[in-house]
Amino acid sequence: MSHALHAEWTKLRTTAGTWWLLLAAAALTIAVSAAAAGAFHCPPDGCTLRQTGADPAKIGFTGVDLGQIVIALLAVLAIGGEYGSGMIRLTLTAVPRRLTAFTAKALVTAAAALAASVLAVAGSALAGWLILPAKGLIAANGYLPLSLGNAADLRAAGGTVLYLTLIALLAFGVTTAVRDSAAGIGVVLGILLLLPIISAVIPDQALSRHLEQLSPMTAGLYIQVTEGVRQLPLTPWQGLGVTAAWAAGALILGATVLRLRDA
Amino acid sequence: MTTIAPYRSPAAPGKDGFTQALRAELTKFRTVRGWIIGALVGVLAMAGVGLLASAGGQSTCQSASGNSNGQGSTSSGNCVGHSFALGPDGGPVSDSFYFVRQPLAGDGSITVRVTSLTGLLPSANSGGQSDNVPGVEAWAKAGLIIKENLSQGSAYAAIMVAADHGARMQWNYTGDTAGLPGTVGPANPRWLRLTRSGDVITGYDSADGTTWSQVGTATLAGLPSTAQVGLFAASPDDDQTSQSFGGGTSTTGGGPTQDTAVFDRLSTSGGWRAGPWAGQYVGSPEIPGVGGYHQSGGQFTLTGQGDIAPIPAGHGGPADAAATVSDYLIGTFAGLLAIVVVAALFVTAEYRRGLIRTTFAATPSRGRVLAAKSVVVAVAGFIAGLLGAAIAVLPGEAITRARGYYAFPVSAATEARVIVGTAILAAFASVLALAIGTIVRRSAATVATVIVVIVLPYFFAEASVLPLSAGNWLLRIMPAAGFALQQVYPEYHQVTMLYAPFSGYFPLAPWAGLAVLAAWTAAALALAAYLLRRRDA
Repeated sequence: MSHALHAEWTKLRTTAGTWWLLLAAAALTIAVSAAAAGAFHCPPDGCTLRQTGADPAKIGFTGVDLGQIVIALLAVLAIGGEYGSGMIRLTLTAVPRRLTAFTAKALVTAAAALAASVLAVAGSALAGWLILPAKGLIAANGYLPLSLGNAADLRAAGGTVLYLTLIALLAFGVTTAVRDSAAGIGVVLGILLLLPIISAVIPDQALSRHLEQLSPMTAGLYIQVTEGVRQLPLTPWQGLGVTAAWAAGALILGATVLRLRDA
Repeated sequence: MTTIAPYRSPAAPGKDGFTQALRAELTKFRTVRGWIIGALVGVLAMAGVGLLASAGGQSTCQSASGNSNGQGSTSSGNCVGHSFALGPDGGPVSDSFYFVRQPLAGDGSITVRVTSLTGLLPSANSGGQSDNVPGVEAWAKAGLIIKENLSQGSAYAAIMVAADHGARMQWNYTGDTAGLPGTVGPANPRWLRLTRSGDVITGYDSADGTTWSQVGTATLAGLPSTAQVGLFAASPDDDQTSQSFGGGTSTTGGGPTQDTAVFDRLSTSGGWRAGPWAGQYVGSPEIPGVGGYHQSGGQFTLTGQGDIAPIPAGHGGPADAAATVSDYLIGTFAGLLAIVVVAALFVTAEYRRGLIRTTFAATPSRGRVLAAKSVVVAVAGFIAGLLGAAIAVLPGEAITRARGYYAFPVSAATEARVIVGTAILAAFASVLALAIGTIVRRSAATVATVIVVIVLPYFFAEASVLPLSAGNWLLRIMPAAGFALQQVYPEYHQVTMLYAPFSGYFPLAPWAGLAVLAAWTAAALALAAYLLRRRDA
């Protein structure tokens, strides 16, 4: 296993796009988060929590919506690239135990995603911490100011890192199952974006709430909510659990397909 | 010395025009099973998500009778216990106001002076009805009206003062023209006059009662010779909704309002001879007991609640559960995901497999190859979009009606325009994906890029991740502006609501949105053509 891990690490490390994608994931997340924080303005009639309904942690981590796509792309290419170039046959010749190869690749991909996520979340948190208090999101107005010193924000930041890592695993599992990077990224983004849009437009409140509970993106991002947690359809950790369940399902599907089919 | 003539094939030289390149590309497209399956997935996703929303989107109900039985009817529209009237053109309307009236026959003219328009608003903190503060809703209105009969939704024409919008002439709910600007008050009264001549109603306003100017005319087809004529007052709900970060809309203020208007110098002329006036509500006030009038000398004081206006699609409130064409088409972006993947693979797969070298050997003109490929994916995208949208909209509407829900009315021409517009959107998205695929030459990166520029801005606006203004800006400048082709319903500036993408209101007009998408596509194609010539394959 350690040899397989080492081999996968070498492949990931030496592929041209990897570092750019990791960097892009962090940079885009931080840039969009900072832009969102910068674009936030209290309505003219006041800046208290009641009047804005704003959630500093959620604003500070807005960039995750875009960053997750780059993270997913990284995971898709990690396995999809092997199918594209035929490298997968060499990989499976070197490590004939397919589950071992699969696990090693998944672990290495997740580790890379984790590293990029830590960078992205830390940068976003820093940007939010610098920008948002100046916009009036301060304790005096009833907010929980964005800072990693309190439990809720620590949960939001740590949970966002976990969320991005889970998205990487979801994308990895899906792409192993479809064995093509273009189809893989299409399916992953479909899974992420489909349920939130449907639940946003259907008028039936109860059904919409159920769809949110099922959606890997909407439910998973509950982990970022620090204001009005009680109104959420799930607790933040349950929400992240939904994403984890999707990721686990995708990994099981990918592993099964890898075992059962010719490469 | 004999010279040997070089060999020449007796076969006629092959043609290598654009037609041949097109035929070659078409053959490639239709013979790769995965691409045909992908395009079908696009159709199914577009139609399936929409049908799912129509078939399972609304809560169950017992007594629904959503129909559109024509002019002047009041029908119970949907399942949540609300009802709304249908206007003369079949669209849902608000029609409730306090009316001081009498029936008047034949042609004639009525004149009045408005000296004040005041009101009460729900207090910003209570959000309820108990705690009112002085203030007038921006579209609180009072003036003269001539109405077909006393049932909600009947034809009318009115000349009025609106609190923040000056004198207006409005008719049949959607018609609206502006007259004299300015806020009415004791120091700044407004004279209003309404004249009937057959079916034609003309409205005039004046600041002093001597110099009159015409505000507008309306033709009320089929107006009976005896119509209800008189004074009215109405004040719509205060509804200031704003979209904030992280999803969700917050309503500040909100709730029923009321206005009180003071009239004097009421007179009729022409063929009309006024008898005694009687007051009553058309419809009913939201808060029971609000509304009324009293007359002292020549002065009438009316208090009213409600509105005489169209109900825009997606308006929270009475027609909330009405299904709109935008609802049926919610699967568009899901279909686009699949179509974009196919279009990107149509070129990136050639690079991956090395087929591109064979392609260029067969058709050395690279621009021609790109053009042929563009035509093929554009046609494929168009067909997939057309099928997907048609299957989503037409059966979607039928299902909605069959289940007893109210389908928001839309003309057949508009429906056709939206379906074809969706097909055009899919065609341009496909060509954009092809162009980016030619530039990037990697399938996954291409798909991710196209989705980020087309689908993600739509997602941000639709799922209200971003505030409305930011989301609308993305929908103006990104290729996602093409979603404006799905714009169906007009915005009514005389009705205050949040005209947001998730209700089907895009910031650009359909053709402006298409122009933005087309500009991006053209730019990407130009860059692709340039790089294709410059780079080795």
